Amino acid sequence: MSAQILTAAPLASPHAHAGGGVSLVMAKVMLALAPATLYGFWLYGWPAVHLWWITVLAALFGEAFCLRLMRRPALPALKDGSAALTGWLLALSLPPWAPAWLGALGGLFATVVAKQMFGGLGQNLFNPAMVARVALLISFPVAMTQWVAPLPLGSTGAPDFVQGLRIVLNGIPNLDAVASASLLGFAKTELSRGIDLLHTTVPALSFVGERAGSLGETSALLIAAGGLALVWLRVISWHIPVAMLAGLAIPALVAHAADPARYLAAPTHLLSGAAMLGAFFIATDYVTSPNTRLGQLIFGAGCGFLTWVIRTYGGYPEGVAFAVLLMNAATPAIDRLVRPRIYGRDRRGKPLET
Amino acid sequence: MGLMEKFLALIEPAHWGVHPDDRKRPAADAPVRALPLPERLYVPLQQHIGAAARPIVLAGQKVKKGQLIAEAQGATSAAIHAPTSGIVTAIGEVTAPHPSGLPVAAIVVEADGEDAWIETESVDPFALPPQEIARRVAAAGVVGLGGATFPSALKLGLGLKAKIHTLIVNGGECEPYLSCDDRLMRDRAPEIVDGIRLMLVATGAQKALVGIEDNKPEAIAAMAAAARPFREIEVRPVPARYPMGSEKHLFSELTGMEVPADGRTTDLGALVHNVGTAFAVHEALRHGRPLVERLVTVNGGAVAFPGNIRVPVGALVEEVLAFAGLKEEPARLVMGGPMMGSLLPHARVPVVKGTSGVLALTANEAAAHAPGPCIRCSSCVRACPVGLLPLEMSARIAAGALSAAVDLGLKDCIACGCCAYVCPSRIPLVQYFNHAKGELAAQSRAQLRNEAAKRLAAARAERLEREAKEKAEAALRRKAERMAQKAAEAAAAAGKTPESEATA
Repeated sequence: MSAQILTAAPLASPHAHAGGGVSLVMAKVMLALAPATLYGFWLYGWPAVHLWWITVLAALFGEAFCLRLMRRPALPALKDGSAALTGWLLALSLPPWAPAWLGALGGLFATVVAKQMFGGLGQNLFNPAMVARVALLISFPVAMTQWVAPLPLGSTGAPDFVQGLRIVLNGIPNLDAVASASLLGFAKTELSRGIDLLHTTVPALSFVGERAGSLGETSALLIAAGGLALVWLRVISWHIPVAMLAGLAIPALVAHAADPARYLAAPTHLLSGAAMLGAFFIATDYVTSPNTRLGQLIFGAGCGFLTWVIRTYGGYPEGVAFAVLLMNAATPAIDRLVRPRIYGRDRRGKPLET
Repeated sequence: MGLMEKFLALIEPAHWGVHPDDRKRPAADAPVRALPLPERLYVPLQQHIGAAARPIVLAGQKVKKGQLIAEAQGATSAAIHAPTSGIVTAIGEVTAPHPSGLPVAAIVVEADGEDAWIETESVDPFALPPQEIARRVAAAGVVGLGGATFPSALKLGLGLKAKIHTLIVNGGECEPYLSCDDRLMRDRAPEIVDGIRLMLVATGAQKALVGIEDNKPEAIAAMAAAARPFREIEVRPVPARYPMGSEKHLFSELTGMEVPADGRTTDLGALVHNVGTAFAVHEALRHGRPLVERLVTVNGGAVAFPGNIRVPVGALVEEVLAFAGLKEEPARLVMGGPMMGSLLPHARVPVVKGTSGVLALTANEAAAHAPGPCIRCSSCVRACPVGLLPLEMSARIAAGALSAAVDLGLKDCIACGCCAYVCPSRIPLVQYFNHAKGELAAQSRAQLRNEAAKRLAAARAERLEREAKEKAEAALRRKAERMAQKAAEAAAAAGKTPESEATA
């Protein structure tokens, strides 16, 4: 071997790497979402499948469009999987038979406005999927609350591939036949009509999702299983999910014990809406959550508590998206206040006394 | 520990550092080989922290192995000795073992093949006073062999100044791939223990704790056996975790204390020395042999026969690699370990006292990837053994806000590389931090220069002013003298003496 230059530019150490990368992280998250998604597909049939891929494609298209506008290569960014995951999470939070334009608009909004306008991957302050969901909810409240009862693939009356496509493109033909309220929506309506929860039939709570709701809501159990797998794979830590679920369950427990006619029980809260999806997949978004374990506990507890407050006292039946966005806004402040202790220094940064 | 601290310990267990794949075997298990004596040795004058040594030989001069060829210069410096017997052919330049590839002054010794040592005296070193031990360690050119290459005698001297009660002997060797300390402990444990006992005398410490990572059971067994007769020496296995071999981290692991950010381990009564240094102290005092050779781990996917090789200082990396054999063209050459070692510009650089390893890495091992954007996963925050926020610091540095990075603790960074090792986006975080530290050092030098220039300018202005004032005063004085003279002349012309006028 001669005096040959091996590398052009000086490179600092380390000269080794633990392996893995951003796309691997995203792939693991998607894998964890897959069982719940597939179950949801079975439960709600072809319209849900079509809505899902349309939303994911729209998110990818939005990302590529912005990168092309900025004259940056789009392919590496698309390959990291973050845009697809954003679209996927958004699709899981939509009514399963929502029109295609809603998913497309949401997917585009998520990557164009909520992500690329902030500077792309890692720069967005707010969770893109939740920004898109809230934007859709505020702009199109009717379409966003058009829940349908599960109609599993292969059951009588379930739409086939083409019928499913027609439903997402042209709307649901005989809406009244399939419409059904989500649990939280039903409870909110009843309470606002002055009927207390003890004198009405709250839809049965089902672990396996035989009830109306978004894909992410109805398969709460599979979502939780996927989330636990992510904790086990060390993609996420337990801090945010545990804090968020506790932040939601503890006030619910206390309030329900005090007045069961007015307040929903803790298990209802935990298994309804986007509680599980939020705790394991949305609030744990690296980009928009705090850096330290203590910060993550504060963040998670805030998400959970705000969700309960919004569900209980707010105008909307569901509050996970709003709660996560509010805590996203608090993340820079949490990161500023909660820092790890530096070796040889106290928590305030002063050198230790000898 | 307050309630808050207890709570934090529960939610953020002290999981500092990383567990890299250590890749120490089979190199660690291969018996030590000696490098055949090269024809020429290129001995750099700067192989230590501090000022370069000053050559005291001339081209054409015959030297013996171990003969002093360059003496320490200034308070922090180290002596350099001839690594073999032969003729000094030149005092010139050789490429430094540093990524810059810049030249460094070196003495070139052409070997005569006899490898004949200088005459050495044999004394009982335990009869020597502590200062004399330190003096002999300095004379032997011993420097810290754990990587820092700080002159060892100065550190031993610290022991007499600050009250030292514990000597910590660092056998951590936490860098992956490296096994030179492991091999030395397995093969030369009695000599190391002897060196430790000498260092105890030199520092006045009462006990020595030898910290060895538990991935080296053979070394632990060998050292424990060698240290058994000496109650003051205790061998303590420590968990294998990078960077356990960091001075402050090993100290904390062994003593449970923490070194203040503005202090050293000596402030807490402990001095940390590497096992290789202990061996060099033994060699210097028992046999009068200066530090002219060392064990070098040659490892990496491109090496055909990885292992530990005894190499004279000044041998070229090229020769060492040729001896170990290359299976394929390496993608990257590294001196030291993969976590903190320096990238070599090419293989024609000399092995120096601080060379613990030479790694010929394949492209797969070197893991060079284009960096992507930070996704704020905070893996780096959890990996950092110091408790820093690498992602925040690098973002500040990228934006040019160096002082903001300093506020976040940049100066506490030990450049261990844990953050960049775990980063899924492959951001070269250490490169950012090194850049910022270099930039800050340049800034403070520029500031010192500015201040000096300002001082000089002020002094000049003051001098000019003073000179002008003096000139004006002198002119006034001369004028007054002239006036007085004129008056005197006038008086004389009037035929009167001034005195008579005065009395009149």
